Amino acid sequence: MSGKPILHYFNGRGRMESVRWLLAAAGVEFEEKILKSAEDFENLVKGGNLMYQQVPMVEIDGLNLVQTRAILKYIAAKYNLYGKDLKEKALIDMYVEGMRDLNEMIMYYPLCYPGEEEKNLNFILERATERFFPVYEKALKSHGKNYLVGNQMSWADIQLFEAILMVEELKSDILSAFPKLQEFKARMSKLPSIQKFLQPGSQRKAKMDGKNLAEAKKIFKFDDSVFLKHMS
Amino acid sequence: MAEKPRLYYFNGRGRMESIRWLLAAAGVEFEEVFLETREQYLKLLEDGHLLFHQVPLVEMDGMKLTQTRAILSYLAAKYNLYGKDLKETALINMYVDGTLDLMMSIALISFKPSDQRQEAELVVEKAKSRYFPVFEKILKNHGQDFLVGNKFSWADIQLLEAILMVEELNATALSKFPLLQAFKTRISNIPTIKKFLQPGSQRKFPPDDHYVATVKMILQI
Repeated sequence: MSGKPILHYFNGRGRMESVRWLLAAAGVEFEEKILKSAEDFENLVKGGNLMYQQVPMVEIDGLNLVQTRAILKYIAAKYNLYGKDLKEKALIDMYVEGMRDLNEMIMYYPLCYPGEEEKNLNFILERATERFFPVYEKALKSHGKNYLVGNQMSWADIQLFEAILMVEELKSDILSAFPKLQEFKARMSKLPSIQKFLQPGSQRKAKMDGKNLAEAKKIFKFDDSVFLKHMS
Repeated sequence: MAEKPRLYYFNGRGRMESIRWLLAAAGVEFEEVFLETREQYLKLLEDGHLLFHQVPLVEMDGMKLTQTRAILSYLAAKYNLYGKDLKETALINMYVDGTLDLMMSIALISFKPSDQRQEAELVVEKAKSRYFPVFEKILKNHGQDFLVGNKFSWADIQLLEAILMVEELNATALSKFPLLQAFKTRISNIPTIKKFLQPGSQRKFPPDDHYVATVKMILQI
């Protein structure tokens, strides 16, 4: 029975993982309709509810929301995770857009040219430690509060926590030069809704491996070259 | 008296053009600082004005705003172009993310080393098969003048901008979309937009070789 948001995606992180994190952190239960085959996806497209014939799609409050940002912004606003005024909202938006760039690189990493894995990995780690993490470290240091914006948990904090965990999967000591981020990570990990999401058996998805990638390719019928341009 | 927003970018469309459109459509005057040398860019970096080392940068209301979508969302909300409730805002976000994606693919054509004419054809095809039908249908379903909530919004501005950009690649792109044709005429006639479409406005030209070379030189890409 619903009222619960329904997430349409394949059984992997991809672009939907940030949505899962946000809902979970907000303590919102959700259902998932997992696409398992190319036919599942084609049927979803034929159903006419995918505005641009793409997933993620989230059914929520009578809407069929597509476009990851539109989905995330709706959820953030609905569950009061979007700051208290336009300026806080702008700051949150800037922070999450930065993280989206980082997340995209990580998302596309399994699709890199064979032989270029190390180069791309180094690029991601360099960006993380020189462009993105310093910004959040500095923000936390400068105001000394527990959360990035407005002394209150927001979408930006949840997104940052997710990003930290994903980069740590690539290099476990990536936060070694970022003491504030280490404290932040520890604090966020203790929040009940997040603790719950971090437990085995939650709806959090596993890091993409070869099998998961093959599944995605089969369902969405793409080849690597479609995405390689996104790695710079 | 409030200061005008100040835009920092190259002297061309790129990621800043949608911001210029939104400000212009809202009737907001703005200033521009054009990046013409690498030194200017490095100075912005050194002075700590670029949160993630990137432009666009818009200085306004005491903030140094970066990240195109963050800037656009702020402007849309500030100037009442973002719908009247969460659901309308969600619709607008869905629409503008689609049109922004489309316009980004057009902007990137000039930076591709491969066959640019072929790339342009692919993008036009995508516009006609994935994006235009969506908006034609939306207008058909509600029969109203504007995309969302029977009121002019960011989504309308962005769609017009996207239509014009696609038409620059293929003049007959709207031939199968009568409602979009009417929409284009209607929105183009809104006074602030009409003004922006005049020669001499702050609207920028499509990218040329000089623009591409300048961007590459400044960003060293």
